[in-house]
Amino acid sequence: MTVNKNIGFAALFLLGLLAPVLIYPVLVMKVLCFALFACAFNLLLGYTGLLSFGHAAFFGLAAYAAGHALKVWELPTLVGLVFGTVSAAALGWLFGLLAIRRQGIYFAMITLALAQMVFFFLMQSSFTGGEDGLQGVPRGTLFGLDLADDMTLYYVVFIICAAAFWLIYRTINSPFGQVLKAIRENEPRAISLGYDVGRYKLLAFVLSAGLAGLAGATKMLVFTFASLTDAHWHMSGEVVLMTILGGMGTVLGPVVGAGVIVSLQSELADKVGSLVTVIMGAIFVICVMAFRRGIVGEAMALYRRMVGEKV
Amino acid sequence: MIELFGVPLPALMGQLMLGLVNGSFYAMMSLGLAVIFGMLNIINFAHGALYMAGAFLAWMGMTYWEISYWWALILVPLALCVVGVIIERAFLQWLYKLDHLYGLLLTFGLALIIEGLFRDQYGVSGQPYPIPEELSGALNLGFMFLPKYRAWVIVASLLVCFATWFTIEKTRLGSYLRAATENPKLTQAFGINVPLMVMLTYGLGVALAGLAGVLAAPALQVNPLMGSNLIIAVFAVVVIGGMGSIFGSIVTGLGLGMIEGITKVFYPEISSTVVFIIMAIVLFIRPAGLFGREK
Repeated sequence: MTVNKNIGFAALFLLGLLAPVLIYPVLVMKVLCFALFACAFNLLLGYTGLLSFGHAAFFGLAAYAAGHALKVWELPTLVGLVFGTVSAAALGWLFGLLAIRRQGIYFAMITLALAQMVFFFLMQSSFTGGEDGLQGVPRGTLFGLDLADDMTLYYVVFIICAAAFWLIYRTINSPFGQVLKAIRENEPRAISLGYDVGRYKLLAFVLSAGLAGLAGATKMLVFTFASLTDAHWHMSGEVVLMTILGGMGTVLGPVVGAGVIVSLQSELADKVGSLVTVIMGAIFVICVMAFRRGIVGEAMALYRRMVGEKV
Repeated sequence: MIELFGVPLPALMGQLMLGLVNGSFYAMMSLGLAVIFGMLNIINFAHGALYMAGAFLAWMGMTYWEISYWWALILVPLALCVVGVIIERAFLQWLYKLDHLYGLLLTFGLALIIEGLFRDQYGVSGQPYPIPEELSGALNLGFMFLPKYRAWVIVASLLVCFATWFTIEKTRLGSYLRAATENPKLTQAFGINVPLMVMLTYGLGVALAGLAGVLAAPALQVNPLMGSNLIIAVFAVVVIGGMGSIFGSIVTGLGLGMIEGITKVFYPEISSTVVFIIMAIVLFIRPAGLFGREK
């Protein structure tokens, strides 16, 4: 099984290296950013059992923070990305402190409400450019590489996302990750075993928020602008959708989900206009009614059944 | 002119009334959410979209079929009740045994579908809905002018809230409902048709959202996005008040509406976020909510 897994990851890595030659690199970068966003979200929903409906706040805030650092303060690209990520993590700490005081659906409602507050804040603040957003952010250079070139930027984005993915993978399989899973399965038991559940949840939340921020800042770098769409509750909904469509609680599920949703959106955008929302809603309904394990979850169940029959 | 804290009294009272109007919608919506949650264990994310659908149905009735406001007040909730029953039978009834989160996710999907359809048809600009003749104009109270329609919204929604409270707490049907909320299996064993009650509860909760939509149509502009903006604020109201008591939902809804109105006068910059700020403060001081019980 581990051998299979390693081969799988190696194949994915190769695919990632070759992808921009075959497909328009900006589209692949978009998929990568959303895949990272969804993986960060999955760390909470899939592995800790917390449904946050406010992750767009971290994604959007980091995009604006990084954009502001690069455009107005004219800081180097690396510093801008780090600044965006750290701001999102700090916001995550604040949100987390409040939201972990309640559980289940209340947690979802609280995160949604707090994210809406951030949305209004970004909409009214002067530094964000209001409805127009923050446009024309320079990509700058990284270690002497000129990021204005899409191909160069692609490999930078690829390395960022692969590294973050590796971090998430290691987190899930660490003792810390085991405790998170224990909280997901049975919180009272985790408490009675002596774990400070609140601290674990908060740390998971901050980590998830920070990585969501990294995704937002990177996406801003790709498109050279940050807009209110990034922080809107629709965005929070999209990342939930990507995760459950791909399969929550699976390592690769969010990546697959992000790939499907982003390509679907870019495919449909000019064909059906605002009906895209309706299609997203319909996928939501189908997933919840008939497809709760998601694409990767179903595939794994199928694989197990086939192997099981042979034995 | 009389002034209070440096603000002319009529302006202050005007904003306060407007806040009460908004608070009436908060109260009706959070009441519906609480009733549905009590019975179905589902947070109905589609509540906002159905409220918007209610306002739009009233507008469509007026525009295409010349259905008056008063008829809409009866017909739209009925129509939405049917929609609610269909949603419950088609989707929600399969989710009761699962984690609460699935109900939230499913109704979120439904909200996207409903909002998307109206947006595709009517764009994002608002459609005006005239105030019915009987309620246009304003009353002169001496210290302020009170638009009749605003007074009507507040009175009507208080009546509806009271009727809901009365039905649940004081009637036989309500006692079945409370019993089924407490222990569905035992209630079923006593020969009460619990699945039917669950279905009707959802239908009535949705009808309540539709009624709020019709009431809102002349007061605000009819707009496909009106529902999602409202529902997120209502979620904050629900977190602040807790879903334990009907009375709590009503008081919290009206109170927050008034606070929002006052904020518009004294510190307009935060008027759209004040509800969320209060939510954050309440979470720090009393995590279970003002009227909620710690489980």
